[in-house]
Amino acid sequence: MIKTKEVAASGLRAAANAISKGGKIPLHAMFANDERSINGNFCVYVLFSGSEPGDFSMVKGWIADGQPLEFPSITPLLPAAAWYEREIHDLFGITPVGHPDLRPLVLHDNWPQGCYPMRKDFDKNSKGKLEPQERSHPHVHGEGVFEVPVGPIHAGIIEPGHFCFSQAGENMIHVDPTLFFTHRGLEKSLEGLTAAQAIFRVERTCGACSVSHALSFSQAVESLVPSEIPMRALYIRVLAAELERVYNHVGDVGNICAGIGFAVGTSQGARQKEMLMRFNEELTGGRFLRGLIVPGGVAFDIPGDLIRQASSVINALEKDFEELVEIVQESSGVQDRVRRTGILPRQAAAELSIVGPAARASGMDIDLRRDHPYAAYNQLSFKVPVRIHGDVEDRLLLRVAEVRESCGIIKQALSALAETRGLIKIELEPAASWASGIGWSESARGANFHWVMLDANQKIYRCFIRSASYPNWPALAVAAPGNIIPDFPLINKSFELCYACLDR
Amino acid sequence: MLRMLKKIMQQGTVTEDYFMSSVPARFRGRLEVTDQKCRDCVKCVESCPTGAINLRKNKICVDHDACIFCGRCVDVCEKKGLRHTLNYECAHLKGQLDKETGEDVAKKIRSVLGRSLAIRHVDAGSCNACDFEMSALLNPVYDITQYGIDFVASPRHADMLMVTGVVTRNLRSALETVLQATPTPRLVMAVGACACSGKVFGDTYAQEGAVDKIVPVDIYVPGCPPRPQALLYGLLLALDRL
Repeated sequence: MIKTKEVAASGLRAAANAISKGGKIPLHAMFANDERSINGNFCVYVLFSGSEPGDFSMVKGWIADGQPLEFPSITPLLPAAAWYEREIHDLFGITPVGHPDLRPLVLHDNWPQGCYPMRKDFDKNSKGKLEPQERSHPHVHGEGVFEVPVGPIHAGIIEPGHFCFSQAGENMIHVDPTLFFTHRGLEKSLEGLTAAQAIFRVERTCGACSVSHALSFSQAVESLVPSEIPMRALYIRVLAAELERVYNHVGDVGNICAGIGFAVGTSQGARQKEMLMRFNEELTGGRFLRGLIVPGGVAFDIPGDLIRQASSVINALEKDFEELVEIVQESSGVQDRVRRTGILPRQAAAELSIVGPAARASGMDIDLRRDHPYAAYNQLSFKVPVRIHGDVEDRLLLRVAEVRESCGIIKQALSALAETRGLIKIELEPAASWASGIGWSESARGANFHWVMLDANQKIYRCFIRSASYPNWPALAVAAPGNIIPDFPLINKSFELCYACLDR
Repeated sequence: MLRMLKKIMQQGTVTEDYFMSSVPARFRGRLEVTDQKCRDCVKCVESCPTGAINLRKNKICVDHDACIFCGRCVDVCEKKGLRHTLNYECAHLKGQLDKETGEDVAKKIRSVLGRSLAIRHVDAGSCNACDFEMSALLNPVYDITQYGIDFVASPRHADMLMVTGVVTRNLRSALETVLQATPTPRLVMAVGACACSGKVFGDTYAQEGAVDKIVPVDIYVPGCPPRPQALLYGLLLALDRL
């Protein structure tokens, strides 16, 4: 259930302060919505966790017609709000007053000023005139300090981002990332579609988090109407979500080895990931498990022979993976690179409200699967591993522990699927006009939230996608300084952040 | 150390060549239309999320460049006139490699690049699925270096650009710069439905469209994402080594 407190935008900070108990309760998401055609207002929403499983608190600040488009920035209170507010400023032209750093975030300097694409009266066809400007970023001054600009095109097969390192010799003093290169305007492209049409685009927000996005979105849509999704569908959803986690984590262990130059680990990790991807294709017809999860349930069933095959794939993986872990752990070359590298202190992790394995490796005991159970997770038993050092090693070992737990969850889901029969999908009733709701899931990278509002014709009026990489990206700039620049790729890989998830 | 050697020895060679590939029964490949069954109800046309299906002269035509292989059209067709085959070999050639216009050019390019091809990856706004499939080509199972093909760190060392994603407004100039930095003769491959068609996310303020709107493209590899073997097929087709 979502408890919503409505205030005038000028009272947004006070309300957020009260609900977050002075910044103690983590901020989940913050976004704006152009509701002028509904109630004449621009609205700014701030989402927090509630006290009970499934409970969330929301502050809705409205800016009435004719009022100045601004609200008091909550970033000084909750540093986690910094990027959300910059995004709102870019896309809606609503100013968070008192924000310490209002440089453009989503729209780069090539975007004309005074043109706000997420407003409803924005003309899609007027793409605006390109006016390239010099990119501005904070400089570090001092004797011998120099800058290393990298990207957006990198040396490996990775996504685009620009990093400006301020260096004292080999040591990084400051990292300034410029992201949102792959910003496709995805949220805008969903507006006016039905949920059944939108799921294909939502699923393609990110390749490696396809299941998680489809799941969060479907659950958000299902929350708008009284609906009981068949149990079998819920178990199939769990199976897909955990398979996604396992292939990501196994691949990440290999990738961290690649960041070190430990070729045996890289090859073994890549081979094991490939075996999992091939099984994904056997199961769903696509290697990224796409097309399975839809609003109302799942699109197709998993027959008995595939359930048996899944069991043997997971059993084989467990043994194979443990052997890889032993090799990685006994290599002094690996240990030397990962231990005490890229430390993210618990306090910084908490202040930035980061999520997923990166948060759990810094001592934060959070996991949506346990804290706000969805799908069939309340029927399954599993542990949430937590580690305390917050370095590359802990993020690596945390993933290892999660692979073990996920294999356990998959086995439980498979035995439940072997025993149950029945429906896999229901038709959803039409929702009330302007109904809105949230859906959430724990992706391989952490908490993934979708907020959906439907209009009077059951079309999407607004969809906000807060993937796990969103809060975690700023944490990278905290963990990297103090390390040497050759360790940056390794630290980056240990966070395993999606660019596409963030950029949308 | 001993454990490591034991694992390597026990594992043996896992590398496959292109022709060893198998395709699972549920795989959704190239669409096949049975004209006799079609009643022109255009439900498939309406259901397609990317507008890849059109009715032309009373015939259903599928634009595989835009197809995301989701299976929706197959589900809505009441007459079962559409089906996904297991065929993933959807890549096709254009531009410098087009059979009709430039056989001589293609021959020249292949004589220079045919036996050793250096590729630079350019993400022009993808969801990262295509990119993960490209990095899968480097894993020990596909081991793309067995064909004399490899990925390189700089466009200055590259013979081919593999471009993924709809070209976003924020990456357009990066794509143009990378092309300029690549020495000739060079090839450009559009990887995946976004790069080939630009239609996956509609037409928003943040997109410039398909790759061939910005730079000339020689090879199109459809798929969402194309499986690694489909990418390999595109590469071998371009080099005329199938």
